[in-house]
Amino acid sequence: MKKYLAIVLLVLAPAWVSAAGTGVILDKANIDPTNKESLQRGARTFVNYCLSCHSAALMRYERMGKDLGIDEKLVSENLMFTGGKVGELMTVATASADAKEWFGTVPPDLTVIARARGVDWLYTYMRSFYRDDARHIGTNNLVFPDVGMPNVLWELQGSQEAVITTEKDHDGTEHKVVKLKLVEPGLQTPKEFDRTVRDLVNFLDYMGEPAKYERRQLGTKVILFLLVFLVLAYVLKKDYWKDIH
Amino acid sequence: MGEKWNKGLLGWIDARFPLSKMWYEHLAEYYAPKNFNFWYYFGSLALLVLVIQILTGVWLTMNYKPDAAMAFNSVEYIMRDVNWGWLIRYMHSTGASMFFVVVYLHMFRGLIYGSFKKPRELIWIFGMIIYVCLMAEAFMGYLLPWGQMSYWGAQVIISLFGAIPWVGDSLALWIRGDYVIADATLNRFFAFHVIAVPIVLLALVVLHILALHEVGSNNPDGVEIKKNKDENGIPVDGIPFHPYYTVKDIVGVVVFLIIFSVIVFFMPEMGGWFLEKDNFVPADPLKTPEHIVPLWYFTPFYAILRAVPDKFLGVVAMGGAIFVLFLLPWLDRSPVKSIRYRGTIYKVAIGVFVISFIALGYLGTQPATEIMTWFARGFTLLYFGFFASLLFIPKFEKTKPVPDRVTS
Repeated sequence: MKKYLAIVLLVLAPAWVSAAGTGVILDKANIDPTNKESLQRGARTFVNYCLSCHSAALMRYERMGKDLGIDEKLVSENLMFTGGKVGELMTVATASADAKEWFGTVPPDLTVIARARGVDWLYTYMRSFYRDDARHIGTNNLVFPDVGMPNVLWELQGSQEAVITTEKDHDGTEHKVVKLKLVEPGLQTPKEFDRTVRDLVNFLDYMGEPAKYERRQLGTKVILFLLVFLVLAYVLKKDYWKDIH
Repeated sequence: MGEKWNKGLLGWIDARFPLSKMWYEHLAEYYAPKNFNFWYYFGSLALLVLVIQILTGVWLTMNYKPDAAMAFNSVEYIMRDVNWGWLIRYMHSTGASMFFVVVYLHMFRGLIYGSFKKPRELIWIFGMIIYVCLMAEAFMGYLLPWGQMSYWGAQVIISLFGAIPWVGDSLALWIRGDYVIADATLNRFFAFHVIAVPIVLLALVVLHILALHEVGSNNPDGVEIKKNKDENGIPVDGIPFHPYYTVKDIVGVVVFLIIFSVIVFFMPEMGGWFLEKDNFVPADPLKTPEHIVPLWYFTPFYAILRAVPDKFLGVVAMGGAIFVLFLLPWLDRSPVKSIRYRGTIYKVAIGVFVISFIALGYLGTQPATEIMTWFARGFTLLYFGFFASLLFIPKFEKTKPVPDRVTS
């Protein structure tokens, strides 16, 4: 399991189409939104590998720095490659016409991608690229077949190949099983790479809703207040109603 | 009354405006039956949600841009850059769904206690018009975030008008203001959502309450409390709405707000039921989502629409499913109001109706496979069958004697 990324395609169960539409069983991302270091590493991966083609045009660098505990100076020195002010939005320099020519489609904005796709989908997707010489970009993806995006993280992950076998389950139904095998190691071990992707997904999840942490904290206080209020309201009602019936 | 208030500022006002008179008529001397139970919270809660929606709506309008190129981003701007914007937005999106929860329970109360029956037919009719307005309000409001589901949901629903013979296509075109859902549609939906429909809603709520206060409230026993009055002309089973029901409703309000807060603060998407995943993808006229699913409060009617093989007849069936509710006071002619004193057969019919409504609601969220469609057809027949059965049930139903006074 450490060396492989096993994904079962439920070819014989077309009714089981998942939200992703491909029937791939998704790996759990198991992100920890309270882990600031993970979020910071994710932010670094994001600006290094994603932000050159994908924008996050609804997110501000300043807000990211503030929420993730990164100094404003550090943000502008280490996380902003195109210059500009920290109050600016995380836009992308690539013109969309160019992007369309290169990838066949404009890379989508990633600000709220975690809310649209879900963290498990993203976590599985980014670890599911494999070599496919039939495609002009040389790679394909199990979760998102014929995706226009190449394996941007190949340098870290290495290269995977798809191994297709047929397996019978206990009641004799045949399943086509596609396993991805690492054929050329990258800079990171599979375990390290999983962590890199998990951190990145954690960051994408944060970016999808920066107020999430604040929301939960405030929610606890509001509900505690309401519970106290409920006791008072109930006692008041009891007192007024004691002469009825 | 009035005599004790004829001095000071209030006296000055009362000489010019019926302030004290209204206070007494609608609150302090409005006598409500003393046996209201759990089901009677949802009227005041509907009013509360209406206020929440109007206030949060006003504040959302301050930063929202009704422009196809800016709408999606402006919602995210509210979620990120506007102080407390996320809270206001989630209150509004949660409020929309909770409005339907509360209104469905409120309507169910009317159904089981016969609150739509004489002399309360007009209260029911006003309530039904409120419900239809609410559906229009929710439908148009859902286009505004300009996500994929906003866009394609509106596309599907407006195309239904196209099924009307002869005028259909021109009608759909006229509603959209363009050949597809576009900026023109967004702009007019915004106008209706923030101005036209809310004004009508508020007016209808006033009519609903005025009609109620004219005839007085029904109760779980379905007994007319005005038939038993004391020497002062006050119903013996009645208690002043204020303070008794105001303090009681405060308890209901707080319990409701706790549930509301759990959703707003801890699960604002409600697992995709209140905010759909696909609506976090900006509207794209060239990319149709795999499953176009309306929000949960429309799915029973959506299932009925899909259950009928012919598109036009499907639209007729869907409209009929709503219209038949208007006829309820004239379909159910049993003199016994409350389910407490009605026969077993009526209770079974209500049970079948509830099950078919919930089942249709579930089926409306599922892809229309063959087996699902057959289930939807079965439950559609049961849904309409319930209303048809009301015409016959009183003829051979064994009702229990209704007491003269309310029970405890």
